[in-house]
Amino acid sequence: MYAQLVDTGQKAVQDDATMSAEDRAFQQRIDADVKIEPQDAMPEAYRRTLVRQIQQHAHSEIVGMLPEGNWVTRAPSLKRKAILMAKIQDEAGHGLYLYSAVETLGVTRDETTEALLAGKSKYSSIFNYPTLNWADIGTIGWLVDGAAIMNQIPLCRCSYGPYARAMVRICKEESFHQRQGFDLLMAMCRGTPEQKAMAQDALDRWWWPSLMMFGPPDASSVHSAQSAKWKIKLLSNDELRQRFVDQTVPQAEYLGLVIPDPDLCWNAERGHYDYGAIDWDEFFAVIAGNGPCNRERLETRRKAWDDGAWVREAAVAHAAKVAARDRAAKEAA
Amino acid sequence: MSAAVDATAARATSAPVAVDARLADALLQLADSPLVLAQRLCEWIGKGPVLEEELASTNVGLDLLGQARLWLGYAGEVEARTGAPSRDEDALAFHRDQQEFRNVLLVEQPNGDYAMTLARQFWFDHAHRLLLDALTRSRDERIAAIAAKSVKEVAYHVQRVDDWIVRLGDGTDESHARMQRALDALWPYTGELFVDLPADAGLVADGVLPARAALRARWLAEVDAVLATATLTHPDTAFMHAGGREGRHTEHLGHLLAEMQFLPRAYPDARW
Repeated sequence: MYAQLVDTGQKAVQDDATMSAEDRAFQQRIDADVKIEPQDAMPEAYRRTLVRQIQQHAHSEIVGMLPEGNWVTRAPSLKRKAILMAKIQDEAGHGLYLYSAVETLGVTRDETTEALLAGKSKYSSIFNYPTLNWADIGTIGWLVDGAAIMNQIPLCRCSYGPYARAMVRICKEESFHQRQGFDLLMAMCRGTPEQKAMAQDALDRWWWPSLMMFGPPDASSVHSAQSAKWKIKLLSNDELRQRFVDQTVPQAEYLGLVIPDPDLCWNAERGHYDYGAIDWDEFFAVIAGNGPCNRERLETRRKAWDDGAWVREAAVAHAAKVAARDRAAKEAA
Repeated sequence: MSAAVDATAARATSAPVAVDARLADALLQLADSPLVLAQRLCEWIGKGPVLEEELASTNVGLDLLGQARLWLGYAGEVEARTGAPSRDEDALAFHRDQQEFRNVLLVEQPNGDYAMTLARQFWFDHAHRLLLDALTRSRDERIAAIAAKSVKEVAYHVQRVDDWIVRLGDGTDESHARMQRALDALWPYTGELFVDLPADAGLVADGVLPARAALRARWLAEVDAVLATATLTHPDTAFMHAGGREGRHTEHLGHLLAEMQFLPRAYPDARW
């Protein structure tokens, strides 16, 4: 997902007997579905976990602009170019809300950005894959934004108020993004044989990484169980992945595309699609920095940050000058 | 029928065709500058100096692209009235070569550092707003309507770029130096914004287009006021480049178009 393998810093799920009185009171509020707000007391582990989770989510929005930016200058019609620009702009906006949500937890945007650039804070594995043809842009909307929605709709009900409220707004925009992706692919699948081949090639490359976005099975993970207890993770990775597969298979059929999984089949008994084994070695390699584009993505962000340093410094210096002049004018008056 | 009557009849039918051909060209001049500048702003996506600027710069790019589409749509309609094969916005954007583009040279200049991008925007946005404002009084109703919609958007572009010129001019020593260097470098491309092409004289006389030369004094007063606040200046050099609006471009446009037009050129039968 946009946040994967979020470390809660816990070795075991906290149990009521060993919790401090404050932590027990906090857990009771969570259990009663009371939203936690920035000014409220909260356990340090809850705060730190949320910071990690929201930072990863924010970075995913910002790094996620890069694979799309790779094609925005080559969009094949003016309408598609306008749609893609608007979509990428939405993502910058999502990054902005989420960085603000992190700030409510006491971590500045500069600190969050520096954590990304230093490689300390992760972003979703999916954005380390390249966009090689125009159909990749539609496929990202359809699969990647589709997977993100699957995870983020439950997060609209998560326990931390600012994060939950940001999710409500983000989900509305994500569903538009998913629809534009599907619409782009429809045009290509109904187009020339070359266009259809591009769409199939894109699905072949993005299918498995999209399933990996949800993260490895986590039914026995301490971190996931603790996050679930805090209500900042509402469904398990496998539950979300299954929902995604069930939703997506009929859409691929409608497009006339073949999902690259020979084991994919409907299981009438379970009422779900069965799917083949995911290559978790690939996932962990990408998370560890060895995906096709990890180096380029971080380099691009670092270069943008470094090249923009003089602009940000100037803006701060100018604001200080204006404030000093205002003070001097008041004193003179 | 006498030869004299023939000639009159020929004039009666060919005159509107010639006027429409000129009008189509004038509309491409209005379309291509925002189109090319939007393409340049797309190159910044994901690489801006601060997140708020990612939003603002893309916003400006989206406005410009939207305006270009309106002008191109109208240009295609007017062109079709001349009996030429009908071209929609995409045919005009993706299937013309660089010598057929009518944008000013300023907007095709590379992004450079953020100062260069903002200097380009500063010189252009002020002229763009004055031109659009004058076009709202065009005797051609479609032109007046497109200009009326666009000028509201460009008023925001001007406000944003003025703020940045002041911030960077009156920021740090480095930002001041970069900003001044960028303004100096692009100054020779500002003359073309105010050239009245002889071929457009008829449209100006008919009140379809404004005289651009008449806009320059106001533009200079506007930019000078901002530059003074920003502790910046413009050079005094009189030399000015020109030719973009007649299809004579710098080396940069061909590369920009090669990238922008690649897919529709490589797959001419595809619909996207």
